[in-house]
Amino acid sequence: MPIIKKPSRLVTRRSALKGLAVGTGAVAAAGTLPGFVRYSQAQSSEPIRIGFQVHRTGIGAAYGRWYDRTTQAATKAINDAGGINGRPVEIIAEDDGTDPKRGAEVVEKFASQHNCDLAFGTLFSHVVFGSAPRAGELKIPYFVVSEGHHVASGKLNRYTLQPGITDVKSQVQAMAPFVSDNLGKKVTMIYPDFAFGHDHRDYFSAALEQQGGEVIAKIAIPPTESSFTKYFPKIPRDTEVIYHVMVGPAVLTFVKEMGEFYGPNKPEIFGFIDSLEAVDMASPGLEFLEGSYFWEGNPRYAQKDQSTYDKDYRAAVGVDDNGASVSDPKDVSTYSHMFGCWETLYTIKDGMEAAGYKGPEDRTKLIEAVESITDIPHSAEHPQGAKIFNGKTHQVFGHQYISKVKDGKLELAHTTSIEDTLYDDEVDYTTQPF
Amino acid sequence: MDLGPYLLLASLEGAVAAAVLALTAVGLSLVFGVMRVVNVAHGEFFMLGAVLAWWFASLVAGHPAFGFVLALICAPLIAAVIAAAADYFVLKRLNYDPEATIVATIGLLYIIQQTVLMTYGPDARPVEAPFNARIYLPWFGYSTYKFFVIGAAIVLLIGVWIMLTKTRIGLVLRASQLDSEMALAFGIKVDQVYAMVFGLGAGLAAMAAVLVVPIQQAHYLMGGDPLLLSFIVVIIGGLGSIAGTVVAAILIGMSDGIISVFFSPTLAKIIATLLVAFVLIFRPTGLFGKRSI
Amino acid sequence: MSAAAKSVWLHGGVITLLFALQFVLPAYHHGNLARIMVLAVYAMGYNMLFGYTGLLSLGHALFFAAGMYGLGLTIAFLDFAPSPALLSGIISALIVSAVVGFLALRTTGVAFMIVTLMFAQAGFLTILLFGEYTRGDEGFVIQQPERVLAGIDLTTPGNRYFAALILFSVCLIITARVVQTPFGKVLIAIRENEDRARMLGYDVLRHKLIAVIISGTMSGAAGAAYALLFGYVGASFAAVQYSIFPLLWVLLGGAGTTIGPLVGTIFMFYLIDLSSGLTSAYMLIAGVTLVLLTLFARQGLVGELRKRALPWLP
Repeated sequence: MPIIKKPSRLVTRRSALKGLAVGTGAVAAAGTLPGFVRYSQAQSSEPIRIGFQVHRTGIGAAYGRWYDRTTQAATKAINDAGGINGRPVEIIAEDDGTDPKRGAEVVEKFASQHNCDLAFGTLFSHVVFGSAPRAGELKIPYFVVSEGHHVASGKLNRYTLQPGITDVKSQVQAMAPFVSDNLGKKVTMIYPDFAFGHDHRDYFSAALEQQGGEVIAKIAIPPTESSFTKYFPKIPRDTEVIYHVMVGPAVLTFVKEMGEFYGPNKPEIFGFIDSLEAVDMASPGLEFLEGSYFWEGNPRYAQKDQSTYDKDYRAAVGVDDNGASVSDPKDVSTYSHMFGCWETLYTIKDGMEAAGYKGPEDRTKLIEAVESITDIPHSAEHPQGAKIFNGKTHQVFGHQYISKVKDGKLELAHTTSIEDTLYDDEVDYTTQPF
Repeated sequence: MDLGPYLLLASLEGAVAAAVLALTAVGLSLVFGVMRVVNVAHGEFFMLGAVLAWWFASLVAGHPAFGFVLALICAPLIAAVIAAAADYFVLKRLNYDPEATIVATIGLLYIIQQTVLMTYGPDARPVEAPFNARIYLPWFGYSTYKFFVIGAAIVLLIGVWIMLTKTRIGLVLRASQLDSEMALAFGIKVDQVYAMVFGLGAGLAAMAAVLVVPIQQAHYLMGGDPLLLSFIVVIIGGLGSIAGTVVAAILIGMSDGIISVFFSPTLAKIIATLLVAFVLIFRPTGLFGKRSI
Repeated sequence: MSAAAKSVWLHGGVITLLFALQFVLPAYHHGNLARIMVLAVYAMGYNMLFGYTGLLSLGHALFFAAGMYGLGLTIAFLDFAPSPALLSGIISALIVSAVVGFLALRTTGVAFMIVTLMFAQAGFLTILLFGEYTRGDEGFVIQQPERVLAGIDLTTPGNRYFAALILFSVCLIITARVVQTPFGKVLIAIRENEDRARMLGYDVLRHKLIAVIISGTMSGAAGAAYALLFGYVGASFAAVQYSIFPLLWVLLGGAGTTIGPLVGTIFMFYLIDLSSGLTSAYMLIAGVTLVLLTLFARQGLVGELRKRALPWLP
């Protein structure tokens, strides 16, 4: 059960109110077992409507499919345990086409057409950027699962939060100590030539310098590129470590061609799993990755010391021990990102219960309640690991995993501390008016 | 890496790109030359070839070469039949009016792309190469399959050339291209010729995709880049000139590899697109063409 | 009634109707209509060139983006207030369209389409190339305090609707007026028969260039307004898809009609909005619509109406 520091005025107001549902909300918030609240005890069993902005089409579609499955599984788990404040949760999904204009329209649709209590979902940062201003204007809480640095950078607004997944800045900087201590000091970075890639370039270069290492070459690849071999000669010969991160449909080509180029005499390779998210590690041409390292948001392969939380989460979503769908072993999940949907929904649940959320008029109370969350322990609700939420920057911080490829599988080699991922606040959203 | 091996690698990569591009662009060029139709859906026929290749490869168990050969024969045929049907049901009814056909092929582009999305899904899927030995040069390793792609494209292009210049079909095509009314008067069924040409153009694009899909992956949005590049090549080469198209494909394919040695790749792409615009503005016949558009 | 009087009644009626609708529409459609009006301005700009002058461009996203970034970048880096920023957006589009027009008008027909397509593609890639400033595909947000135009907060639904309505009305009146002037008549003459217009002594190239500039500037105004009203600037608006959209809207509503762009934009918006609930492949419906239109209703909705029932429609 997550620990929630409630602002005291919430309690005062709530204790002054009459009504069973409100009372149970307060009890739950005070730390009673989850599942205590049942539909029958609720004042109203109108479902809580959560608008789910999902990449069904466009370049984000492979992520969208697994975000969808995880969201459905989490919703089922929450509803089986009694819903939120005794009310069932209903997911209203709309495709954003991985397009910022459509994303904004979808948020509008949630707020004023579907009468959703809040909006949730989506991965690609440009969709978040396009949608967040509308969420702020419509005053609908917008919980994103995007791993972009947009929320914590202060570029968005008080209605946008990212409590379920860490952002790229903390992921990247947490990798620098491991890379420089274990793999090498001279690093060549290969990244896509757009904002997400530039974040990697800037934050990793800075963090590596602090560790006494150096990025000796930065190779930006245009987003529409479909063949990569011609870029590999740009990798300097004295490179000790190649750091790669690619996204989009051409990722497998990239890794395969890198293998062809180097053959057995390769430098150390460190990649973000984004380069192979939703791709089978057993795909032809990936053998050369043996012995290389990957950042993982959440270990795709069930580890020897797998927690019971991960085991239950895996079963609930329908993912096997290799990170693929239980019904189709070729359908590989986006395991390093999709846990964010599961965890965000539970954070919404905690926030709503702490705020005694009854309807859209309580949206600001919900945001205040989430802002006051700090420690999030490793639990069934948060199977990826313990986290710290920063209410001022609306961003969560957590452990990062580094896995080594052994026998074609990813084996956990190192877990970073949460402290490795922290950085100075760049914004204080709590000072902004609603 | 030293400049020598670097340029060798860039040339090899450029040759692969040029080979695939030449096949794709010749299809576009043929359609424009004979029918005066700018087929905006051309890239989608390319994509269709790749997706069908994945499908055929997944049907056949055993050595990946069987699936590949099956795909190499069947995928272009299916793409050609779909294209011929599109010609019969849509383009013919527009009397090949240039602007109307552009709009209609934009519609066709979305129809093909979205139908693939509904059936095949949004994933990028790999197809295994029929063989995949690597050779190791002192500076880098290289896939032998890529040499096969270059060789296969050359053979196919020679085949197209022989068909156009030495066979009766080629004669009929050239007659329709020069003067469709006169061809009609001589008893050539121009309707059928057009359907065949549209099918052939799509088939060539699909075949290029089957060749390239073991290197890349099949994805429903993969048609955009080949379309743009084919446009560039066909225009630089001179619209309707097959030989010019092939020369331009080699030029563009090779230079793409080599320009990216010296420039930022995004900048290289900007230069290439502006080059096309300025060629059209100041030399509307293209570098090798005789007719303007 | 004279044609001019009918035109006044028609356009006055459309503007009055849009004004009245804001009081009765539910919140969702109210918001949609504000967006549609801005996009319809883009379509009207496109229509000026395609519908009245007969030039099919495949690169109008460049003008839309010029307006959008002309506004967005001056706000982000030069701390412009919204009104000068809006002006800067419109001027950017004007300059870009003058340059593109000057170069591209040396070609005609298919070559014109491809040249405009290539310029737009180069523009899109340039936005990515300067990612340090533009944040590339990710784009950037224009915050609420930067969107208060002359004391009016454009982030509230009522003000936004009203701002969109004013922009739309101005552009509708300009269009309606231009097509009735001798200048507009020459454009139509060029569309119908360029050689004859030239033989009659008109400077065809100059007329076409002015048409490109009016069209591009109007598209840029829509882009700037979109950024200001919806608070987001991003490279996806410069991508080739956004060059295809206005073509689609204008064809659907009726090329060469004054209210066709609005009708087409409304129709297409709701077609996609409603069908996205049924299938994830909603662009399939856009594709089928395009093919059916070219086959059976080349004039578009308003154009067919004009052909069959109301021959006086401007």
